[in-house]
Order: sequence, then structure tokens, then C-alpha cells
Amino acid sequence: MARVQLRIGSGAGFAGDRWEPAVELVERGDIDVLAFECLAERTIARETLALRRGDGPGYSPKLEARFRAVLPGCVAKGIRVVTNMGAAAPMAAARAACGIAADLDLTDFSCAVLLGDDVQAVLSERPELTLLETGEPLESILPRMASANAYLGADAIVEALASDAPVVITGRVADPSLFVAPLLHAFGWSYDDYAKLAQATVAGHLLECAGQVTGGYFADPGVKDVPALARLGFPFADVSTDGDVVIGKVAEAGGRVDRQTCTEQLLYEVDDPSAYITPDCVLDMGGISLTEIARDRVRVAGARAQPRTPSYKVSVGYFDGFLGEGELSYGGPNAVARARLAGEIVKERLVLRGFTFDDLRIDLIGLDSLHGPSDGRPDPYEVRLRVAGRTAQREAAEAVGWEVSALYTNGPSGGAGDFANVREILAVQSVLLPRELVPTRVELITAL
Amino acid sequence: MNVTVRDLAHARAGDKGSWVNISVTAHDVTSYERLLRELTEARVLEVFAPVAKGPVRRYELAQLLAMNFVVENIRGGSVTQTAALDIHGKSLSALMLAIRLFGNEPHTS
Repeated sequence: MARVQLRIGSGAGFAGDRWEPAVELVERGDIDVLAFECLAERTIARETLALRRGDGPGYSPKLEARFRAVLPGCVAKGIRVVTNMGAAAPMAAARAACGIAADLDLTDFSCAVLLGDDVQAVLSERPELTLLETGEPLESILPRMASANAYLGADAIVEALASDAPVVITGRVADPSLFVAPLLHAFGWSYDDYAKLAQATVAGHLLECAGQVTGGYFADPGVKDVPALARLGFPFADVSTDGDVVIGKVAEAGGRVDRQTCTEQLLYEVDDPSAYITPDCVLDMGGISLTEIARDRVRVAGARAQPRTPSYKVSVGYFDGFLGEGELSYGGPNAVARARLAGEIVKERLVLRGFTFDDLRIDLIGLDSLHGPSDGRPDPYEVRLRVAGRTAQREAAEAVGWEVSALYTNGPSGGAGDFANVREILAVQSVLLPRELVPTRVELITAL
Repeated sequence: MNVTVRDLAHARAGDKGSWVNISVTAHDVTSYERLLRELTEARVLEVFAPVAKGPVRRYELAQLLAMNFVVENIRGGSVTQTAALDIHGKSLSALMLAIRLFGNEPHTS
């Protein structure tokens, strides 16, 4: 009998997310598919770099722990897993998954791997492409390129799902596409069926950040309370073959699913709500309604879509210098004045030593670090000085934290609790690439 | 009587590179209509001036009692480059909620 409904669970909203909620979905969520979204905009550049420098596997660092936690239950119940945890090394990720499966004595295990998102070679031949953020030619950052990945869509993931492998591993794909693909696969929906593509894309968009639709990132004590946040449950969507979508969570799990949580997540990271572009369609949220149909159940209706665009968005990671940071705390009488003096000293020292910065910030955490100058705000009891400098020279970046720490014996009275850090900046910009330049393919990896 | 956005609505911030979006969802129709009148693009830019150059664009989703504000050109550069503590601008939902509304009276602050 053909399926009339599919329940897709969301197992992670970022690379470092908790995995207990995913285990809970497997054990008590009655889900058919479990998707893990683990690639933020810059994550894949970081993993590409780790792979190149030999200090990381190139795939999502928590892949092993996540798979050990969920695979036994998924295999036992026939729950298919779809994830972008492959990052910069999807084949290695699949081999790691097969190794874990063998370790856990899971039989008939295999992974389908989607390849083709890495387009560094294609971009190297096209320096004339325009960077969407700055309007500059790609050429300006090409010599410093660390990674380049196209956001593949659901159609490419469907090819991997067609293999019937229990686990599908991808590199860069659009976040909602991880959820759209199982629906296209299960229901045989086509790319001409815009109403259903729209509903599927909305479902994916609501699920892609996991706990952010079940009450995570929402609480404002006394105004917007969320029950049991320490046991926050992750969401699932019930999607029917006619495109009906209901968002929900496991009854016993912490959190809440209602119009408020769904509205906040619907508009999360959205520019023009009438034209939300994914590789699968251009979504129009203008007619969307959210209806609470039961406790922790919200029906999503009215999404519309236009056909997908002829190009893929490509995220280009590149080296953009260093960030040096130093911090030191001041408390008690005149704390703000002592911290300000400390900041001025560091600034002058960096000039005396001949270092230059593209941006040098002096923040007083507790007063003005988040929302700018503190006009009219009352002085807090304690503040934390933060000096941060962005520069092309590593030595200059190192000097920032060094000069802050030197304030212990050379600065104003009562400085305490120093911290210093330097990191290489991996920046990201985007270009558009015609679809025909990005061929994809699927490889099957089987456990030994 | 002066009220803040927080009295009428809830908010969430997200980012994509050098812009940040902040959704503002009203608690009821009356609050939504007041926000439509008073929480203008100009008022938001006025309060956000220390953290962004703008412009600010406002999109309205009446059936959800929601608006989406897109604030462009966050100072200090994009999320992947900035030296700011809040690299994503995620705390800016709270700045939005703190905006004071003055009724239809002219105001100076």
C-alpha cells in the first residue's frame, strides 16, 4: 500500500547539538525518517581546512557519538537517516558510519553518499564570477580560497534515497532539502507540483534548527515561559501525501510547540518572506497560516512557491586574516572607569608596538559589547574588558591578548580573570553557478 | 503612556552574512495595528544606528500578526569576519524589544 503520511524527525540543529532528543525521537517519536542538519554557513570551510591540515576527519566531529547513540534504534525500527554530517569528507563519514555499524553488530548496513557539492575546481576556472555580498569579482578571493560548496537540492538527495541504504550522507545541501527529499521520495512528488513543494519546504525550514521550533531560543522568563528546557524535545513533522503539514513533539519531552514558537522559526534567517530561495523552489510565505490543532501540534497551511532558479548558490570559504582577543574583569567602585582606562592603555600599546588592525574594538562586557555605545545606561557593578582586533598579521593578533594580560601588573587596579585567544578567520562569500556545471553522483558504501 | 515593543510582541533575530533579520510578532490584532503605525523602518533604524548602517526594510505578514525587519550593513562586517562579541547579531532581538513607542506624538529620543 502506498504511503499516505510520513513523519520526519529533526535530530540536530547544528554540529554541536545535543543527541538525547534524537534518541528520544527514535525511541518514542514513532518517526519514519530522522534528519540531522549539522552544517552552518562556515562549518564546511572549517572541516575542509581541518582535513587539509590533518587535524580533523573532514566530516562533522560529533558524527561518531551521534551515530552510536541513534543507529541501533534506527536500524531496529527501519527509520532512515538523512544527514549533511559528511561536510568536507562525505565518503570518509560513510566509512566511519559503516565502522560503527559493524562495531554495533548492525546487519545489512550501508550508506548512500551524495557527491558533487565541492566545486573548487569549477570556480578556479571562473574568476569572473561576481561575489553576491560585495559585488567584487571572485578573483579577489580566489588565491585565498579554502572551500567552495554548492547548496544541492532535494532532487540530488532523492537519488541517494533511491538506493534504499539505511543512511544517506551528504556534504553541502540546503537545510530544508534534507527534509524535502524524503517527502519527494516517499510520495513521488514532482518539481512541477509547487503547492506540495512549498509545503514540504516550509516543513523543512521549520524543522532545520531542531529545538528552535519546540521552545529553544524562545524563553523570556515571566513573559514567554518554556517547560523543562533542560529536557527540550526536538520536533517532527507529519506530512501527508496531499501536502498537509503538522509540526509536533514527543508528549513527554520538554518544550512547547505553538503559534508563537512556529512563527518565530518561520521567519528565522528570512529576508523577503515572499521570496525565500532554496534549490527546490522560491517559497512565498505570504499566505501561510498556523493553527493550533491540539496540545503541541500546529498545522501549517497556505504555502505557495515559484519554480526553482536555474543556478545553485555556492558558499566560498576563504582566509581573511586573524582575530586576536583579550579579556579582563573589573568590579566594585569605579569599575567602568578602570576598565575604560585599561582599554585605552592596550590601544596605545598596540600603536606603540607598530601593529595595525582592520578593526580594533574595545568592549565593556556588561555595558556596551552587544548593542553599541552605552548612552544613558546605568553603570553595572562589574564589567569585563574585551579587546578584539582583526588583522592580516598573526603577530598583531597575538599582541592583543598579550597586552591585555600584561595589564595585571601594569594596568589599573583590580583587574582579574584574564583570557587571551587568537584564531584564523575563515570568511564566507557566495556566488551563483549554473546548475549544469554541478553534476552530482551517488556512491554506495557497505559495511564489511 | 510609553510602551516598549516587548509589551506588544515577541521577537527573534537571525542572520545571513552582513544583514540580520528580526521578526516581531504581535500578541493580538490591536498590538499589531499599533506596531504597524509606530514601529516604522525609520524608528528601527534610529535605534539600531549604533550597530548598523541600514537601510531597514519591513515586511508585513498580517495573517500571522508578524513583521519581518531586515537590517542591512551591520557594523564591523559580516558574521564570518566581524570582531564583535555577538558575531551573528543574535542579541539584537532584545534591542528591538526595548524600542520605546510614543503613541502618535512627535518624539526626540
